[in-house]
Amino acid sequence: MRVLMFGWEFPPHIAGGLGTACFGLTKGMKKQGMDVIFVVPKAYGDESEEAVKIVNASDVSIDMRYSNLKEYFDNVTYIEVNSRLIPYVGTDDYFNIENQEKYYTENHDTLISHRKYEFSGKYGENTMLEVERYAMVAAQIAKDFEFDIIHAHDWLTYNAGIAAKKVSGKPLVVHMHATEFDRSGLDINTVVFDIERKGMMAADRVVTVSNYTRNIVVEKHGIPAEKVFTVHNAVEPNESQAVKEYKKNIDDKIVTFLGRVTFQKGPEYFVEAAHMILQRDPNVRFVLAGDGDMMPKVIRRVAQLRMGDRFNFTGFLRGAEVDKMFALSDVYVMPSVSEPFGISPLEAMRSNVPVVISKQSGVSEVLQHALKVDFWDVEAMADAIYGLLHYPALSDMFVEHGKIEVDNLLWENAAYKLKLIYNELI
Amino acid sequence: MKTICFYFQVHQPFRLRTYRFFDMGVDHNYFDEYQNRYLAQRIAERCYFPMNELLLKLINKHGDDFKITFSISGMALEQFQKYVPNLIESFQNLAKTGNVEFLAETYSHSLASIMDKDEFELQVERHSKKIEELFGQKPKVFRNTELIYSDDISESVAKMGFNGMLTEGAKHVLGWRSPNFVYKSATNDNLKILLRNFNLSNDISFRFSNRNWSQWPITAEKYTKWINELPEDAQTVNIFMDYETFGEHQVAETGIFNFFEALPENILKSGDYKFATVSEVFEKFEPVASIHVPWPMSWADEERDITAWRGNELQEDAFEKLYSLKDKIKKIDDPAIKRDWDYLQTSDHFYYMCTKWFSDGEIHKYFNPYGSPYDAYINYMNVLSDFILRVEKAVK
Repeated sequence: MRVLMFGWEFPPHIAGGLGTACFGLTKGMKKQGMDVIFVVPKAYGDESEEAVKIVNASDVSIDMRYSNLKEYFDNVTYIEVNSRLIPYVGTDDYFNIENQEKYYTENHDTLISHRKYEFSGKYGENTMLEVERYAMVAAQIAKDFEFDIIHAHDWLTYNAGIAAKKVSGKPLVVHMHATEFDRSGLDINTVVFDIERKGMMAADRVVTVSNYTRNIVVEKHGIPAEKVFTVHNAVEPNESQAVKEYKKNIDDKIVTFLGRVTFQKGPEYFVEAAHMILQRDPNVRFVLAGDGDMMPKVIRRVAQLRMGDRFNFTGFLRGAEVDKMFALSDVYVMPSVSEPFGISPLEAMRSNVPVVISKQSGVSEVLQHALKVDFWDVEAMADAIYGLLHYPALSDMFVEHGKIEVDNLLWENAAYKLKLIYNELI
Repeated sequence: MKTICFYFQVHQPFRLRTYRFFDMGVDHNYFDEYQNRYLAQRIAERCYFPMNELLLKLINKHGDDFKITFSISGMALEQFQKYVPNLIESFQNLAKTGNVEFLAETYSHSLASIMDKDEFELQVERHSKKIEELFGQKPKVFRNTELIYSDDISESVAKMGFNGMLTEGAKHVLGWRSPNFVYKSATNDNLKILLRNFNLSNDISFRFSNRNWSQWPITAEKYTKWINELPEDAQTVNIFMDYETFGEHQVAETGIFNFFEALPENILKSGDYKFATVSEVFEKFEPVASIHVPWPMSWADEERDITAWRGNELQEDAFEKLYSLKDKIKKIDDPAIKRDWDYLQTSDHFYYMCTKWFSDGEIHKYFNPYGSPYDAYINYMNVLSDFILRVEKAVK
């Protein structure tokens, strides 16, 4: 079975969890005997091709005379986007109108018969334009390659998926890693919402990363429940053993939040819980590792609560620093307001760190050995953290069983479920 | 005869390095050795050496008609001793002329005066001792960090035995009155107060090279004319500024050195004014009135208050956390901890956390090594967190 997959990022060039999930999933698919052609807007040449064949959309030459593509040229719409609502972007960028007009004239230059588009593959001001162009490239790819099924990851690639389906007539599966409601609460970007809905309606099957997300797409996007299936994410086995040797030089117990400092991740609830714990036990240190548009608000609140000496900020961490942070941590907290899945608690557990997670997360569906609280219930969150810090019996059990639990969350199991879904379509 | 009193403030903070959370408990070196050395040497080269030389030249030329007053923070002195040793000698040469007065201030260029009386007195004492050691004169007049002043502070200063103090001629305190007289403290009749004439001071320190200013360029002649145009009854003109004005804030190319070289001659030749040190002004004139300052004021920003250092919750948190250590520090003998305690109190660290970006944003940005007040707070608190751990460990 050959799958044409559209993604937006692929390791090592990732901004968030999407690329990591795609990488894990495709490795699992290989183990399940599936071939994957993985298209990214911009390939850097150092992506791992152990499980997939990478196609760089920036290298694809589009035949402008091909009639099936015509409608895409005409339908290319440019919309101003508030990119706070685009995933994995920390700062507010706006689509540049000047650029829109320049590209618009380019697209209508009928004298050119072939052209290529250079994509950034980032989440930024030109995202909407790139989403549309990506669809044009997808149509060309669908014409050039042989495959049995199309699979598109998150809204950024849905138009590409639809275009490929139109050109090839093959079935389309779209994968919801995050919804607009997760990213923005109720104040959603309707353009993004429309693309999500359009993609899911056009698809033959919708895969969601959790039942939590499945409920959202059924209830809020109005997608028929019978075509929506949950395939939970998994986690790659831990390879960096050396990190465990990292010596902790502080006597304090360390409680960590690691993630984007945005509305979705609920950092402010972590701050309030920290304050409550420090009233009872001053020998705890809280660490907020990450960056995002809520930083100023969070920092001010920490200062207001007069706990700047007990609540530290590391800024954005990457690679080995993340492992180091886990190695130093005694408890990991994921207080997300709305988390489709949430891979980071699994990474923490893999590093022997017990976790407190919000019930508003997909990962809470697959974990037994984690304390689960409502994100807004700061008292319960404080209680859970305090318990893990002070009752070794509890934390020891969580560490031991949690690790086994995580080690059994294999991508190849996820890929197997996916294979069953594909089989119904082919 | 009227007096003109030039007073220069010399200060350099020990700037912090980027201190990561991961450094906590591992690395206790908080200061950016490279940057501190680089800046101390650069400013010495651009400002301190050439200006000291110029002042010496002017003293030799005009004799007792030309006098000036300095205060040098303990932080600056330590950096000079460490990074630019012959600069100390250069200041000593000025001291030897007898025409230069050195004032007392807080050793760490700290805000202890508004936070902790004991710590404040300790620091002032240490600074006076250091000045006496280096320059052979015991300070008689006090200037507080950033010219911060209040009735309350003036009382402590009088108790420490000083006979005078400097502060800002702030409009909200003076009202209709003029800064060109000697005043006295509202809480102690024996403490005389000298007020900064901020218009004439800022004409040099801020506006000298501003080409958008209608009065640009200012020359020694023009400046002398302004002084002579002051009301007939004015007794003393007090021009106070950062010493770094010369060659650093106003670079040599603006002509600042030439301006200052020509200034004494122009002023002296016009006849009405004589240069005097702060103490000489106090000896010469009796106070005309007392000034009431219930809330602390300073020479900073439009507001002339202390909100540049204690205006938001970031600064308050950092402050409270730092000074909560005071009693423990007293029990510790470790010189490294004592040293860091000094360096961390420097007001600049709190200034970097200021969030008033509007009227005085330009000046704040100029002096700020951090991208945002939040970065400044995070870095300071990371350092402070480690420092607190060390202090706790040492008192155990």
